[in-house]
Amino acid sequence: MKSMKKCFRNLSDIEIQPVYGPQDIKDFDYQYDLGMPGEFPFARGIYPTMYRGRLWTMRQFAGFGTAEESNRRYRYLLKQGNTGLSVAFDMPTLMGYDSDDPRSRGEVGRCGVAIDSLADMETLFRDIPLDRVSVSMTINGPAIVLFTLYLVVAERQGVRLRDLQGTLQNDILKEYIAQKEWICPPAPSLKIINDIVRFCVESVPRYHPISISGYHIREAGSTAVQELAFTLYDGLTYVMSAIEAGLKVDEFAPRLSFFFNAHNDFFEEIAKYRAARRLWAREMKARFRPENAASLALRFHTQTAGCALTAQQPYNNVVRVTLQALAAVLGGTQSLHTNSLDETLALPTEEAVKIAVRTQQIIAHESGVANTADPLGGAYYLESLTNRMESEAKAYFDKLDEMGGMIEAIQRGFPQSEIHRAAVAYQKETDNRERIIVGVNAYAEPEERRVPTLKIKGEVEKKQVQRLKQRKKSRNAKKVAAVLSQLAGIAEANGDLMPAVIEAVRAQCTVGEICEVFRRVYGEYREAVSL
Amino acid sequence: MGGVGILQYPNTPSLHNPSEKRRVIKTRSMKTATGKPARKLRVLIAKVGLDGHDRGVKIVARGLRDAGMEVIYLGIHNTPEEIASSALQEDVDAIGLSIHSAAHMTLFGEVLALLKKNKARDIAVFGGGIIPQEDIRSLKKMGIKEIFTPGAPLEEIVKFVKSIKSTRRKARTGNSA
Repeated sequence: MKSMKKCFRNLSDIEIQPVYGPQDIKDFDYQYDLGMPGEFPFARGIYPTMYRGRLWTMRQFAGFGTAEESNRRYRYLLKQGNTGLSVAFDMPTLMGYDSDDPRSRGEVGRCGVAIDSLADMETLFRDIPLDRVSVSMTINGPAIVLFTLYLVVAERQGVRLRDLQGTLQNDILKEYIAQKEWICPPAPSLKIINDIVRFCVESVPRYHPISISGYHIREAGSTAVQELAFTLYDGLTYVMSAIEAGLKVDEFAPRLSFFFNAHNDFFEEIAKYRAARRLWAREMKARFRPENAASLALRFHTQTAGCALTAQQPYNNVVRVTLQALAAVLGGTQSLHTNSLDETLALPTEEAVKIAVRTQQIIAHESGVANTADPLGGAYYLESLTNRMESEAKAYFDKLDEMGGMIEAIQRGFPQSEIHRAAVAYQKETDNRERIIVGVNAYAEPEERRVPTLKIKGEVEKKQVQRLKQRKKSRNAKKVAAVLSQLAGIAEANGDLMPAVIEAVRAQCTVGEICEVFRRVYGEYREAVSL
Repeated sequence: MGGVGILQYPNTPSLHNPSEKRRVIKTRSMKTATGKPARKLRVLIAKVGLDGHDRGVKIVARGLRDAGMEVIYLGIHNTPEEIASSALQEDVDAIGLSIHSAAHMTLFGEVLALLKKNKARDIAVFGGGIIPQEDIRSLKKMGIKEIFTPGAPLEEIVKFVKSIKSTRRKARTGNSA
């Protein structure tokens, strides 16, 4: 290949040496740096037996069209051997608008499932036993509404709240930093999150109320170090906020979970997961002094990098996803989503999803990598890289501490501009062919092979809007007005929102109506336009 | 909403924000060989719809600016109405739309319809994002000039935008000459 530059830097711009040896991990102390799996500082994993005891949860993120269609896809996924569900909502739901809102035009059911009120949620989980299937919900701004909808559906299924297992993403900080789907400003948003956490502590003890997410930070263009640093620091911010709201660290910290990306650089990713566990354990111990060891253990879900997929030669994506998924498993993930080959074009077809699920099953059952905990532990290169990831993330922690915390940093645009800078650098490197992306800037083909893509019918929006209008007509309007005004009163008085939102959801108030109360009382978040 | 924010980052090089006229970066006209002033290409870049995935759109906006164009970046969460009215107000030659929510058929179509309604179909509209092949064909039939999907090199996008022959630009240059 002509004029291909040699690049021996990983995606965090760390220079990689020709070979690693004992001199690269000079002060290595097994007990201090690694410990046994299941022991502080958890570098080797959070369970003593890791995947021998239990494989990771194979959890594919899915949702599109109406609740009926998504329910069908979920039951298909469970039949294919998925061991958990993960709900993708459409844009209006993610932003807290109803399907009939003018801003929802063209968006209803397009990139996730449209949920307006209780009836939709009941349809979504029809014939799915919520006491046995754990459900993860990717929802942030309106998290409290979708969570209460889920609770009320469980209640109607006859499931006890204490038997519910699952995860609410509920991570607003990374929305301001990266994904940009928000409703309210930081202070009221953190207050709502604390109400959810408190409710879970008291009534839904097996549920994970926040999934602190680096995935979206990475997708927005960050390096692996930035993903690690900003995500863990977001986590510390939630812990601090809940403690300030009167909770004890050991009451909720064992129920926090994390969500990371699995990008292309194989060893860098494995080092990132190991460094994440160690850094979290050390920081939690130093900052909050919990008594329960479970408060120090970092559990995480992984999704392979959507931004690493290419529209060109899409079948190559199967191979990329395999390598990324393998890194996540070697890094000790608790659950995993593998992307489908067609996801740079549209939501995945059933056939494409099946290959993605099979990829996980092949890693789990055929490759042998699940036979022992942290199989790469002790490797010179990996340990050196793990140390480096941790120390660079720590340097970001110091900067963020100095700025006065994450909210202050977000308001200054600090994480946003760091990520943007990294994204621009990455684009330049691929444009200059310093980084080779197979099928894109090397080995490209003029004639592209087409893959079939999933189509969302235009009728979905019409059907959903019609149904919503009918439901609005058939409910008790007086009751709706009363519970919404009660909710507004509680929000204004800074009271516990959970009971009031549960009441509103039971009275068939919509996601949009409840979020409108929040918009009115707390205001809407606005971001500066900047490049 | 319209992506106009309360937060300002003093250290970030800012493109101008259409609602704050004074902050508009005015680029001086340069004389061409024939002595006529050649206006820079004016491009409005925006995310349309509700998704906030702005990694690509910001890289494109910056890339076009670095290539010497006047770029008006509207940010995220814009409606077709907000985009069309900004485009008219700013008298742009082209509009670049980014979308990752799969609402492109509706929202790109609405932008085109609003331009037509305002007799501004000469503004070239192009776009990018997660858009399947069949939809690209339909969008082009509707009048979208080009669609870029993930992996498109920045250079290719810059080259395309540079090639836009703007009748508006000629008209404006004529008027101001």
